[in-house]
Amino acid sequence: MHVGLHHYLFVSFLLFSLGLLGVIMRRNLLVIYMSLELMLNSANLALVSFSRFNHKLDGQVLVFFIITVAAAEVAVGLALIVALYRKRQSAHVEDLTGMKL
Amino acid sequence: MFPFPEMKYELFPWLILFLPLLSVAVITLFTLRSKTVSSLISIGAVVTGFVLTLLFINANGFQFSGETSTNWLSIGGLQVDFGLKLDALSLMMLLVVTGVGGAIHIYSYGYMHDDRSMARFFAFLSLFTFSMLGIVLANNFLMMFIFWELVGVSSYLLIGFWFEKPSAGDAAKKAFITNRLGDFGFLFGILMVWGLLGSLNFGVLQSGIAAGTLALGASATLAGLLIFCGAMGKSAQFPLHVWLPDAMEGPTPVSALIHAATMVAAGVYMLCRTLFLFNAGSLHVISYIGGFTALLAALMAVQQNDIKRIIAYSTLSQLGYMVMTVGLNGPTPAMFHLTTHAFFKALLFLAAGSVIHGMHHEQDIWQMGNLRKKMPVTFLTFTIGTLALCGVPPFSGFYSKDAILAQALAQKSYLLFGVGVFVAALTTFYTFRLFFVVFMGREKSKAAAHAHESPLVMTLPLVALAVFAFAGGFIGITNNFGSQFIPDHEALSVAQQLTEPFHNLFPMLCGLGAVAAGLFLAYSLYNNAATDPLPAKLGGLATAMKNKFYFDEFYEATFIRAHDFLAAVADWLDRWILEGAIIGAIRGGTDLSGRALRLAQTGNLQTYAFLFVIGVALLLYFVLGK
Repeated sequence: MHVGLHHYLFVSFLLFSLGLLGVIMRRNLLVIYMSLELMLNSANLALVSFSRFNHKLDGQVLVFFIITVAAAEVAVGLALIVALYRKRQSAHVEDLTGMKL
Repeated sequence: MFPFPEMKYELFPWLILFLPLLSVAVITLFTLRSKTVSSLISIGAVVTGFVLTLLFINANGFQFSGETSTNWLSIGGLQVDFGLKLDALSLMMLLVVTGVGGAIHIYSYGYMHDDRSMARFFAFLSLFTFSMLGIVLANNFLMMFIFWELVGVSSYLLIGFWFEKPSAGDAAKKAFITNRLGDFGFLFGILMVWGLLGSLNFGVLQSGIAAGTLALGASATLAGLLIFCGAMGKSAQFPLHVWLPDAMEGPTPVSALIHAATMVAAGVYMLCRTLFLFNAGSLHVISYIGGFTALLAALMAVQQNDIKRIIAYSTLSQLGYMVMTVGLNGPTPAMFHLTTHAFFKALLFLAAGSVIHGMHHEQDIWQMGNLRKKMPVTFLTFTIGTLALCGVPPFSGFYSKDAILAQALAQKSYLLFGVGVFVAALTTFYTFRLFFVVFMGREKSKAAAHAHESPLVMTLPLVALAVFAFAGGFIGITNNFGSQFIPDHEALSVAQQLTEPFHNLFPMLCGLGAVAAGLFLAYSLYNNAATDPLPAKLGGLATAMKNKFYFDEFYEATFIRAHDFLAAVADWLDRWILEGAIIGAIRGGTDLSGRALRLAQTGNLQTYAFLFVIGVALLLYFVLGK
């Protein structure tokens, strides 16, 4: 079977949807965080496959950027979650409704 | 613009006008603490004005006619000057305002000496003098209107000077609002003149109308009557006469200055200044309104018991005379009577003030009596004023009143002539009623027995005014006004002026007969009377006269009630429609939608994420899906 662009994009779409579902449905902050990373990586997969099939390097450059930024983001996000956990003794989103008036 | 003769002392009229304003500024800014300094500044300003007027007239003569002006404002085609018109008419009025006004200023120094706000009083007096001089000197309608309103404001301040008395505050408001009604018409009249003729300058208008290049055409009557509305308010003509008697709540010098010599004369002066605008129809209406006012006020005066109110109604009646005469196309006799009236009515008011001062602020004439012994100077000067007001020869009032009656007869207006003669009889009757009750007979109260003569600073102005009230009829006043209004007028010598009424015997005899009848009636009813015998004889008529023919009550029940109703409707609309419905709906709607949107804020991170995704999906659909 010939594997084309569509297949890659479909896998990317599945990964993105799974990530999105995780972000919306899961209760644990750490799991939500992992789902978020999943969404970023599905985007990376789409970019890489565009780059491969269109014979251009733009997509690959963009992926490097995303990986770098995501690494920094993970560092900050995990620090925040740890700080939050220390303060509230919980990492569940239902307990974090401080933004409600 | 016009070829004017050379004017000497061109600066003097400006000085005369602005000195009182300077005095207001200095008093209110610097010397309000010091009674003496403030009053001297104010008196100095008006007396200097008088001296400058004399010097100016001496250098230029009365027959001089000129303008000195500076462009004040120009908007599109509208050019308004701030200019001074100097001719026989305004020069005579300048003399009256600064001369009589000066005497009143000096008198006030004595009369107001115990009042703690004396400095404020003199500041107001100066403000009034400034405004009045502005009306007299104005060379165009707009400038005159501005000073006209300033006179209204300063009279409001002066009538309400004792504002802690509610009646004084009410009287001030009444005077101001009644005047505003007249001024509303006046402003419309001015706008009509501007719209139809394209100029507001008196000189341009007069020469244009005389040459036939400018004409009001079909709306001349309406324009004339609208302009007359202004005079109706200021000169207190029927139906706007109601403010003048109430204005007696002000201090007596104010009554003398504003309500005898100057402010109420402004209406008549304005009519004479703009007489060229009026056509036969409007003059006809003016003459009948004047005659009716004269009659009505004289009847009301018969049954008043307050010394100042009697004189106030007499003022109304005499103003009616003047307006009637203007309407009979006789500006010369009208201005003549205005001038003599300024002398003798200011004198009467000041003498009445002296009586009130001597009686420790008692104003009821039935509490007085036998004051001729206690207050000889006041008595003598009041007598001269009375004789002049009644028109006894050779006092000034005789000449001016005779000129009015002769004018009515010359215009073949027999009804108004009859009214004039009847009013002359009434005038004599009520004036001598006052005279007999206050100065003759015996003391009717303890205060009258202990009355004292006023100080010299008050009696001297009385004497000065008395001289003019006596001699005003033959010192050349008619010559000056005649030269203004009558082409090829011939000046009369003193002897000719003295005998002038005798050339036309019928009106003179009618006038003298009226005086004799009034005097006889007053003598037989009021000499030695302890109470008023008239109510018993006249019954309901006397009550009606005493209550001013119920004009105040009538206005209260109709106009004021209607106005209150309109105000209540406006208040309801404002409170419930504007404030309640419109503003309430907007405010309530904002509040409600805010509360509804607040429900969307759950505080749950995942709800936000979900809504965010839906938002992105919708955006993508609209951007890419089509």
